[in-house]
Amino acid sequence: MRRLISFRDFDWVLLGFVLLICALGVLEIYSTTYGTKFAGAHVRQIYWILAGLALMFLVSLLNYQILLENSLWFYGAAIVALLAVTFFGKKYLGARRWIQLPGGQHFQPSEWVKLVLIITLAKYFSEENDRGASVSDVVKAGAIAAVPMLLVLKQPDLGTALTYVPVAVMALFLGGIKFRHAAIILLVAGVLAPAVWIYGPRLHLLKQYQKDRLTSFLNPDADPQSSGYQLEQSKIAVGSGGILGKGVLKGSQTQGLFLPEPHTDFIFAAWSEEHGFVGALALLLLYLMVLMRLIHNAQTASDRAGGFVVMGVVAILLFHVLVNAGMVVGFMPVTGIPLPLMSYGGSSLLFMFLALGIVMNIRMRRFVN
Amino acid sequence: MLGRETKIPQAKFTAVQYVILAVFLVLAYGLWSLQVRHSDELQSKADAQRIKLVPVLAPRGKILDRDGQLIVDNYPSFSALLLRDQSRDLNNDAQKIADGLHLAAADVLDKIRRAQLARLPGFQPIIIKDDITPDERAFIEAHRDEFPELETLMVYRRLYPADGFMAHVIGYVGEVSEDMLNSPQFETYQRGDIVGQSGVELQYNDILRGQDGSRKVLVNSKGKEVGRPKDANVPAVSGQKLKLTIDLDIQKAAEMALEGKNGAIVAMNPRNGEILAMVSRPIFDPNQFAVRISRDEWNRLTTDPAHPLMNKAIQAQAAPGSVFKIIMSVAGVEEGVAQNMKVNCQGGAEFYGRHYACWIGTEKHSAHGITDLSKGIYQSCDVFFYTLAEKLGIEKIAKWATALGIGKKTGIDLPNESTGVMPSEEWKIKTFRQKWYAGEVISVGIGQGAVTVTPIQLARTIGGIAMGGTFYQPHVVDPADLPEGYHGQDQSASDPAEAVHVPIANQDWITITNAMASVVNPEGTGFASHLQGIDFAGKTGSTQLVSHEFLKRMAARGRNVNELKNEFKGNGWFAGVTPRRNPEIVVVVFLDGGEHGPLAAHVASLVIKAYVEKERRVRNNPMLFSDKADPGSVPIAGVWSAPADGDSQDHEVADAEDHFQGGTLLLKMGAARLLSRPKPAPPRAVGSSGVN
Repeated sequence: MRRLISFRDFDWVLLGFVLLICALGVLEIYSTTYGTKFAGAHVRQIYWILAGLALMFLVSLLNYQILLENSLWFYGAAIVALLAVTFFGKKYLGARRWIQLPGGQHFQPSEWVKLVLIITLAKYFSEENDRGASVSDVVKAGAIAAVPMLLVLKQPDLGTALTYVPVAVMALFLGGIKFRHAAIILLVAGVLAPAVWIYGPRLHLLKQYQKDRLTSFLNPDADPQSSGYQLEQSKIAVGSGGILGKGVLKGSQTQGLFLPEPHTDFIFAAWSEEHGFVGALALLLLYLMVLMRLIHNAQTASDRAGGFVVMGVVAILLFHVLVNAGMVVGFMPVTGIPLPLMSYGGSSLLFMFLALGIVMNIRMRRFVN
Repeated sequence: MLGRETKIPQAKFTAVQYVILAVFLVLAYGLWSLQVRHSDELQSKADAQRIKLVPVLAPRGKILDRDGQLIVDNYPSFSALLLRDQSRDLNNDAQKIADGLHLAAADVLDKIRRAQLARLPGFQPIIIKDDITPDERAFIEAHRDEFPELETLMVYRRLYPADGFMAHVIGYVGEVSEDMLNSPQFETYQRGDIVGQSGVELQYNDILRGQDGSRKVLVNSKGKEVGRPKDANVPAVSGQKLKLTIDLDIQKAAEMALEGKNGAIVAMNPRNGEILAMVSRPIFDPNQFAVRISRDEWNRLTTDPAHPLMNKAIQAQAAPGSVFKIIMSVAGVEEGVAQNMKVNCQGGAEFYGRHYACWIGTEKHSAHGITDLSKGIYQSCDVFFYTLAEKLGIEKIAKWATALGIGKKTGIDLPNESTGVMPSEEWKIKTFRQKWYAGEVISVGIGQGAVTVTPIQLARTIGGIAMGGTFYQPHVVDPADLPEGYHGQDQSASDPAEAVHVPIANQDWITITNAMASVVNPEGTGFASHLQGIDFAGKTGSTQLVSHEFLKRMAARGRNVNELKNEFKGNGWFAGVTPRRNPEIVVVVFLDGGEHGPLAAHVASLVIKAYVEKERRVRNNPMLFSDKADPGSVPIAGVWSAPADGDSQDHEVADAEDHFQGGTLLLKMGAARLLSRPKPAPPRAVGSSGVN
């Protein structure tokens, strides 16, 4: 039954788009950190990319069926890790998100839980047929997503917790959720949201600063030094870039330190300032190509679970791009969600390459059955 | 299990693809909205927060005297600044910096705290000390590494003459006040701008003030300078030079003459109104205002009863005393009363049922006796002028005195001139809501009562009378030297070149001016100020602030009369001209408190003497303004006095002898400096016609 797999079946087109985005990211990290205390970050980013590539190839060799079969174990480990963070985690900047590893390294489990969630949900729905998801399916799938989400919310890390939502939504959608069930969920969410908004801080479901971030998004002039100020500076950066941009190292918003976190969360704003409308559209187009290519891989997956996994990756990538780019152009609140493949940071890069490795894995085995 | 499982339907993938497309279209719309539609607006926002304008202060214009000698200059002064974008803990360095700059550490910390409280932007430095010494500059230079936040800033400051020389005319500069910013004159100014606060500095601020330039600086979000844009600089344009009519030599003589006294001197050319010298005492040092005056010094200056900040030459209002008799004389002759009036002075007389004393006293045998107008002037006989006042009545006196300029501003181009008072029936009703009592006119006749004048007023009036009734508006800057279309602060002021004419009949003019000449001759009250060989004429005035009756009453209550006299010291006046008719200079001396006319006459004579000596030297004519007839000279006085056309013939009928004593100009002086102002005919032409 097993056949030799070959790297000829590797999705080189997808990898090409991905590496192009990474390269633009390195360029923009170089530009934004030039002359600051972060100078040289672009070199470290290259190392992370190389490490990511290695990880991707490694993961692609391992049959994803093994991952699916052990999904329960992974899920269990994820819950334990999140609990460990809650009890033994290292507190930093008011949040308990990391576990101290020997050798001074920090491990942030919530980032990897996304992947576990994708696999677990894919596994759950692969055992169902396409007659549609029953009420118990919806409740079970909801619970699978809700448990880690609440644990992450507790840390507190609203941004990461929110990234679990698209995974669950995508799984339910592909799993065949009935229209009326979806309507009921939306209705309940519509009722609960204001309640959480008002009573959230008192019930420790929502922190006051999280509320403030959201309100400052709606009313950016309230406090010019806070996240409203960040949004304003981001819009000025993007807008002042004009059609053709100001050029590498020439963005006044970026180079003048007006733009906050220009090499991480706001790298898309820095890119848009220095490369203009044309550059920003080109970058969006690259992400669009990556997403479309991913969907193509989901369509050609040899089994239902593989399609679920790839579409889970699509959901996460789309959500990140939407929230990050939406924040930069002022449509979304400041949530601290990085732009995948572009923002500086090893954790986010390794996650993306790991996810891509699994996608490659699925693609390379598309003719297996 | 395998094989039974169904694939994900294609429709779902398509649906996801549409969702993705929608998301990207929304994002693309967001980018288009910012980068295409609102690009310009956001670009200007970006520029607004990164380009800061740093002002470059322009030096003010220099002030020169009439010969171009420098009076007020600028000097480069350094201020010590604390830069706040150096991310250093300023509190730690404060003690050492304070020591090096000879400040208290608490003051430095206080300034830092206040800047923080005021939320000053980071690129705006704090000035911790103005006008630092070379030592302190060296300290900053030597500690550049240790205190990178310490910086120096060069600004131009005003350098005024030392010891308050000419302080009142020049004035001083300072930061524009809140009140000034609210006035239309300063509406274009901003807080912190340096403007003239008094004197010429205020009056001609618009000319002296330069145009501040600016420097564009690129800053980052911390306010730290990160570069300079290319089109950055608007250079500062320094203010225009201002040439005064003041003659430094005469000014020096006047300053010295008034040294140690309290009062004012005005020296003016009555032929055109140019102020040659103006002094007020006591003085203040405007250099103290050029940096920042200490609170103690300011309090001392503003509470000093001698009013050092007041320019007494234009602001002191005091009874003119006997100098007013010249104005009375003109009123008298104009009304046809005084020419042939004779009074027998017995040291006093009875008017409206009350006894009025003459200063000469009754106990002496030397009472004035039979006195005509001439003797009334040079002997300053009170009884003669009491009688004249009684005959004229207050309305006629007020009419003529007002016409001659009493009780009115002269319109001099200096701020805050006082008006003085010329009482009249109408004035009394307006001011006190009381009827005028006929008896009040008697004191007015000798320049007492409610009459008050300023020294500048008296200079214009007495100078104009000696000119035969031609009055020019006094000014310290020749309007011809001002830029085209420039109007001073006082828009209501008439054209200074325009003269006012109150023609005085030739014979009366000669009588009055001759009598004024006698004042400083043996027969007069100012003989002590006689100037040998100089045609000098004038009138003394001594006033008392309280009556003899008041002193007697107080003495009766056990007060020491001498102490009282000290407390209520009178004022001394002298108004003098050279030559006596069509003078080139009129000098008014006002001594505030405890002085008397003859001393004022002496002070004036020193100024006149300095003027005559200088002009004799400059024009190379030792006989200039001589009181002796010179065979080579030609009488031309009548020509200059001509106020309007046709009058000059009348003057030539006048006694030749008088002309020699009056506006004598010598034929020899071919190379004489021609005065720009006198209108009629140049001296050379007159001279040749005189020969004919």
